[in-house]
Amino acid sequence: MNAPMTARTRPLLEVRDLKKHFAIRGGFLGGVTGHVYAVDGVSFHIDRGETLALVGESGCGKSTVGKAILKLFEITAGEVVLDGRRIDNLSAGRLRPMRRRVQVVFQDPFSSLNPRMRVRDILAEPIRNFGLAKSRAELEERVASLMDKVRLPRDAVDRWPHEFSGGQRQRIGIARALAAEPELIICDEAVSALDVSVKAQIINLLQDLQQELGLALLFISHDLAIVEHMTHRVAVMYLGKIVEVAPKRELFAAPKHPYTEALLSAVPVPMPGAQRERIILKGDVPSPINPPKGCRFHTRCPYAFDRCRAEEPPLRQTEAGHWAACHLHDLPAGENPLAGAKGASVLAA
Amino acid sequence: MASATVLSPTAPAPPHEVVAAPPMPDIMPPVKARRGVLGFLWRNPTIAFGGALLGLMVCIAVFADFLWTVDPTALAPARRTREPSAEYWFGTDMLGRDVYSRVIYGARVSLIVGFAVAILSSAIGLAIGLVSGFIRWADGIIMRIMDGMMSIPPILLAIALMALTRGSVRNVIIAITVAEIPRVSRLVRGVVLSLREQPYVEAAMAAGTRTPVIIWRHILPNTIAPITVQATYICASAMIIEAILSFIGAGTPPIVPSWGNIMAEGRALWQVKPYIVFFPAVFLSITVLAVNLLGDGLRDALDPRMAKRI
Repeated sequence: MNAPMTARTRPLLEVRDLKKHFAIRGGFLGGVTGHVYAVDGVSFHIDRGETLALVGESGCGKSTVGKAILKLFEITAGEVVLDGRRIDNLSAGRLRPMRRRVQVVFQDPFSSLNPRMRVRDILAEPIRNFGLAKSRAELEERVASLMDKVRLPRDAVDRWPHEFSGGQRQRIGIARALAAEPELIICDEAVSALDVSVKAQIINLLQDLQQELGLALLFISHDLAIVEHMTHRVAVMYLGKIVEVAPKRELFAAPKHPYTEALLSAVPVPMPGAQRERIILKGDVPSPINPPKGCRFHTRCPYAFDRCRAEEPPLRQTEAGHWAACHLHDLPAGENPLAGAKGASVLAA
Repeated sequence: MASATVLSPTAPAPPHEVVAAPPMPDIMPPVKARRGVLGFLWRNPTIAFGGALLGLMVCIAVFADFLWTVDPTALAPARRTREPSAEYWFGTDMLGRDVYSRVIYGARVSLIVGFAVAILSSAIGLAIGLVSGFIRWADGIIMRIMDGMMSIPPILLAIALMALTRGSVRNVIIAITVAEIPRVSRLVRGVVLSLREQPYVEAAMAAGTRTPVIIWRHILPNTIAPITVQATYICASAMIIEAILSFIGAGTPPIVPSWGNIMAEGRALWQVKPYIVFFPAVFLSITVLAVNLLGDGLRDALDPRMAKRI
């Protein structure tokens, strides 16, 4: 299932040219001495019921994109459009009813629950905020049904967060996100802190809930195996920009950006003796305070040529639904090193 | 990759066919430990000892009238500078006043000043710290003022403030409170800045909780522990500053006995009649020790990072 854009519906969420630059303050009077270009022109969309994975290495700005959609801070430039309506420029009061439709599950199950609140109060908070329950009894009923949805016993609502294990806390975090009856849940590394078996349980829970409730997920992750397992489309970020967006199968089978290709080749193969051609990138990720001119990846790209150092490649469609930001696709077919499929399914290996 | 094998033994399996989550992993049983106040004190002997000592001092101050005291201001020139005896337990000073009664009543001033300063500076510092932590434009201004105040030692600041007014217990409390506020507001601001980045605060924002409610429900309860600890240190420091102010004559008026001014009056005679200085000094030391022990104990008990117990 690729969930391509159909004319039937408009996308649930559209992000257009989103930028978030954090000011670096310093010096005698705390003046601005520079900027961290955490997110620098990112565009994508998510359809109803679709899962889009946002992948990239640490510090590439993927979590910042999630927080910008939630408007946990003011964005520097760009638009966030939810169901056809811009939400990035709304006042706090106007935004509040819209917040119900986008919720979040965080990475760390230990700091994402207030240690001084019982599970009941944690789950009741969004229900009360959005006036979803008309009476006390209905509130109780909703809290209980949320516990059912995430497969926790109903009588656990009177317990404190510290009485639960990591996986159970993550279930509570998911229940809190569901409490607002959202259409989109942003999973910010939601399973990265869990161990393998619990990770699988939570992933399956998220998939069940997605089917049951028709949720859209923005799945921020660096774990390519999980991404391939559960998403419809994948967006690859590098240094504050999206370098490639494609349906999962196409992206894993035939990456159209050298960074994606290198990323896929770095996934360990769970087969003893299996051979895979690894692409070892040279150097480190450049600083987002002073990103390289031209293509941001040219300092580490094995195929970089002169144009890459001077001109920044736009994100363009190379095949139906497959977008990439790379100058190599302007070369004649015979000279394009990415023409041959070099990727491979991480799971199938 | 291990997770890959677990997630999907056969490559692209439909999601719902993958091994489902077991219905309910067991919830950890509640930790068996001694419950209640006694259990808490048993596990935290420092708090128990400091608290008991401080409680004793509070009792002395409250029940001063019934502890075989006489009027601490009654002059008896004929009985000046008597050594400690059965009649005058701590002796008499150079005006013939009973040092025992003066020390017992002096506990009132020290404790009132200590507690009042601790409560007032915590409350005001909390308010300033919350504003500073949540309103970014105010933060720069407030914190530069606090930096300026902190650059003056609290004792000097209190002396300067006392020089502007006349000596009274109320003015002493105000002067020391002003001097202590920057420490609390800096602490609270730091706690607020770290708490507002906590995922549960961000989740509450995403869940549409209004900022005042976020402060009340998610921020404030988590600042109580560090403020309580800080308040005990401020209490101890306020008692010492009060004694210093009284000692140099800038604090409580001579008519009100306080440990500081008893020592100041006994200073001229300390080589021949050391007991006049000795007894108030011992009481001051014990009280400050008690408050500091309480503070250390609370810090260890309330701050999980400092926890020594398993």
